Amino acid sequence: MTAGTSQDTVRLRVDFIACDGRGLCAEALPELVTLDDWGFPIISDRTVPPWLLADAREIVRACPKLALRLDRGQPALRADGPGAW
Amino acid sequence: MKGNAGLSEHLPQAVRPPGTLPRLLPAGAGASPASLAGHLARYGPPPAGLGQRQRESLIAEVARAGLTGRGGAGYPTARKLGAVAAGRAPVVLANGTEGEPASAKDKVLMTRSPQLVLDGAVLAAEMVGARQAVIVVHPAARRIIDDAVAERARARFDQVRIRVCTASERFVAGQASAVVHWIEQGVPAPTASPPRVSERGLRGAPTLVQNVETLAHLALIARYGAAWFRALGTPAEPGSMLVTVLGAVREPVCAEIAAGTPVGQVLDLADGRSAPLQALLLGGYFGDWVSATVAMDRPFSAAGLADLGAGTGAGVIAALPAGACGLKETARVVRYLAGESAGQCGPCRFGLDAIAGQVERLAYGRSADPGLLHRWLGQVDGRGGCAHPAGVIRLIRSSLRIFDAELRQHAMGWCCGTASVLPVPQRRTR
Repeated sequence: MTAGTSQDTVRLRVDFIACDGRGLCAEALPELVTLDDWGFPIISDRTVPPWLLADAREIVRACPKLALRLDRGQPALRADGPGAW
Repeated sequence: MKGNAGLSEHLPQAVRPPGTLPRLLPAGAGASPASLAGHLARYGPPPAGLGQRQRESLIAEVARAGLTGRGGAGYPTARKLGAVAAGRAPVVLANGTEGEPASAKDKVLMTRSPQLVLDGAVLAAEMVGARQAVIVVHPAARRIIDDAVAERARARFDQVRIRVCTASERFVAGQASAVVHWIEQGVPAPTASPPRVSERGLRGAPTLVQNVETLAHLALIARYGAAWFRALGTPAEPGSMLVTVLGAVREPVCAEIAAGTPVGQVLDLADGRSAPLQALLLGGYFGDWVSATVAMDRPFSAAGLADLGAGTGAGVIAALPAGACGLKETARVVRYLAGESAGQCGPCRFGLDAIAGQVERLAYGRSADPGLLHRWLGQVDGRGGCAHPAGVIRLIRSSLRIFDAELRQHAMGWCCGTASVLPVPQRRTR
């Protein structure tokens, strides 16, 4: 399997601990990223459509804090991380 | 439900599993923590020297018991055990941080039944194949846990090495990755996920982070089996649970109840209300306000509270008297929680601070902008590296639901009452 080829389940994710709100992602990919009132990205939870996949990969590379990634598949029920306390 | 004959036939004849409550806490009030000998006389010895098959069958027993995490998130314990057991050279971390100011149950458990918590940590370590268990304790329980560990070491009781660390008192310090971060680097803040701590945690090892109450239940399930555990509680939420009851009650208390006990009966354990009640905060500071009259006859369980938008969380029930202002209570707690943000993630750091300002405006009758507040709640909810912002927003949303009449009064410029029911620690530096 090649990473990122399963187009039906690719989602853009942000690591908020790394992100410091430069906002490049929202400028480059307004279809999937908007900004909140403090300038931090709000990422659409919808699947990245095939025609945006190349742009999404590009912005993952271009993020100056390397805070973006592309995840495949539905988020599984998680044993820790957000939700677990 | 399949029986647990395989486990119970190994029990020494003299020891009878506790048939009723309390299971985890000592039966007498004010008793000093049991010595190792007293502990073993009450519960019998834990299964020891587990081979691979026994480990797997004990994890299966925990799954049949239906044990869930008692730190607030309620994740199935056996699933976590299985995930960590699959990894190489794992570590167990018993989480007794309890940074939640409204909850005292973990501190009470660790100071009154320290050996049971240690049993659970050691058994969990044996189940997942770990050679080390790290006990992270609230400072209030440190000395008693140290004594209990020393007593086990003198008796050469465990195959597993036990290490004790004092927890950070910050609110977010109890989140799984934050506990690891605290122990390793002295920083009580969550780290990015992935990787999950179950994959890569303490010094890169797969790490099982379990709340101390969860481990105490596990220590008893390992001895007496799933059917015994399920004899209390409801089929969907089996077993007993520790609760903290505070606020407008005569005798604030930590107690052990069967899951699903009616809320009113739980309040009776605190000798009943000390004033007429208007609302209850259920679960803790990531929990929900509910109307006192509506909730009183409800089972204290996820199923019993779901349609009120509430849950059991970390087992807190805080009673708000009729004379207090729920909005002011909420504003104080939200301001405290905003200040407890680790400050790592923009939406939490800036968003919660702004949101706390709007909630204060609502509570103190200054020109609030409800539209803006709702916009910010929507923007911040679910974002950030951990559940802190989502938990705070959950509390605020429930306050807007329940204190609707006060909201209208405040908008007209008058307020009903004062606030000082919920405990909020002084701002401190870490």
